[in-house]
Amino acid sequence: MALNKHMRGQGVVISVPMIWMILLFLLPFLIVLKLSFSEARLAIPPYAPFLEWVRGLPRPVLHWNNYAFLFTDPLYVASYLYSLKVAAVSTLCCLLLGFPMALTIARARQPWRNVLLMLVVLPFWTSFLLRVYAWIGLLKHNGVINNLLLWLGVIHQPITMLQTDFAVYVGIVYSYLPYMILPLYANLEKHDPLLLEAAADLGARPFKAFLRVTLPQSIPGIIAGSLLVFIPAVGEYVVPSLLGRSDQLMIGRVLSDEFFENRDWPVASAVAILMLVLLVAPIMLFNHFSGREIEAHK
Amino acid sequence: MKRSGAFPWVMMVLGLLFLYAPIISMMVFSLNNSRLVTVWDAAHSPTLKWYGELLQNDEILDAAWLSIRIAIIASTGAVILGTLTGVALARFGPFRGRTLMVGMTTAPLVMPEVITGLALLLLFITLQQAIGWPHGAGFITITLAHITFCTTYVAVVVQSRLAGFDESLEEAAMDLGARPPTVFLRVTLPLVVPALVSGWLLSFTLSWDDLVITQFVAGPGSSTLPMVIFSKVRLGVSPDVNALATLMVLLVATGIVVSAIWMNWQNRRRERDAQLAAAANL
Repeated sequence: MALNKHMRGQGVVISVPMIWMILLFLLPFLIVLKLSFSEARLAIPPYAPFLEWVRGLPRPVLHWNNYAFLFTDPLYVASYLYSLKVAAVSTLCCLLLGFPMALTIARARQPWRNVLLMLVVLPFWTSFLLRVYAWIGLLKHNGVINNLLLWLGVIHQPITMLQTDFAVYVGIVYSYLPYMILPLYANLEKHDPLLLEAAADLGARPFKAFLRVTLPQSIPGIIAGSLLVFIPAVGEYVVPSLLGRSDQLMIGRVLSDEFFENRDWPVASAVAILMLVLLVAPIMLFNHFSGREIEAHK
Repeated sequence: MKRSGAFPWVMMVLGLLFLYAPIISMMVFSLNNSRLVTVWDAAHSPTLKWYGELLQNDEILDAAWLSIRIAIIASTGAVILGTLTGVALARFGPFRGRTLMVGMTTAPLVMPEVITGLALLLLFITLQQAIGWPHGAGFITITLAHITFCTTYVAVVVQSRLAGFDESLEEAAMDLGARPPTVFLRVTLPLVVPALVSGWLLSFTLSWDDLVITQFVAGPGSSTLPMVIFSKVRLGVSPDVNALATLMVLLVATGIVVSAIWMNWQNRRRERDAQLAAAANL
């Protein structure tokens, strides 16, 4: 097997995507890191050079001001905390709704299993932006839900749902639900039904069998699904922009505003780096679990 | 399986209702005559007038054409790079840099889009200053960005497809004297064709759909379809967007059903071939 020619062919196969990803994934982060230590300037590009030449030698100039600024202005700290809260609540809701759904799919007979799986995945293939937009029509003051509840006589005044935390949770759970269900399904599908039968034979009621047999086995799936929802949700931009509050921004929106509205590139970079620092542990955990758990992706 | 109780099924039905209610309401209101999107104008509805307006809206049509071109190039590029990555990860065993490669294919799956978008834009600006390329933001920068994030999805799909087959097929071909490039073209590639098809389609939808990363790298001149939609709906609901959404949902649903049938047919054919081969060996 280990022929020289063979190895050279492997080298090409490995290095082409490797070089691409280093250039377009890794290198950009180093540039963001570098820029987060630069000083903003009213120029094009709007930041000071990173290297200073001292006696013919380059020396990096590290400005910690951008980071200091993020901690002194309560707006940023509040946005980070709010984003973490929204992501955590949404992930929990996704899990509570997604787990029973994944379980149903995994225990359904064919061809039902494939049909249900397709029904869950189908919205995932249609425009995310348009699906979030659809909620505006449902949640509005004179939207479908309010009109329905008024007509049924459940409420007498329309409820304000749009531009609230509730709307953001709904939007995020809605758009990320398949990301929770797929890894959970991939895990649950592999469980041996004989274990449940054994538990039943030994006198365990279905709920107890679920708690003692199914749940412990599905922990890797729960972790993979939760991370797949939680990590991108922290930086979510579209959902809070369309459905969320205007008095409390999520950090993704803050980053984008810093960059496009204030044109403060160094502060925007520092916002991004700090977000990465918060997410680095979950991302590493995800890398660890994903190898096994997104196998049955799609 | 029995005895799973009614509760999971209740949640399943509620979950599907939750997933489909917004889409169905959007489709229904795309037929509404009133400009007030959520008030049903029973006297003049259903009507196809928003579909007519959509076809005369040059801004939307131009943006859709730009998005289609980008999506085709980006998904083709992503399939090439993603296949190489997937094959390397699934077949080459431990090699130097494997950990880095795994990291670079899984991290982008969860990376918040604002961070990726900012990072890519800063890369393009840095490159422009250093080597004068790419000249300005637009078609090229969007396409490069889309190839990058689609590649990881293709890699995951290809890798998991290959993980489903063991290496004995390739080893058998080698034992029979096939050289590595032949083995790849004649054995490995045909195995992953379904993954390439679904990887391409997945990349196409991701590219077609992406707003956040695109907004960062697009520059002032070029607007893709999601950018046009976003700027429209930020100002409030608009009925022609409902019509557009309905068309897109119907198109995607048709595509999914057709590809599911095709995959099913492929699997059946493979099973039949396997049975024939087994019968021939008897």
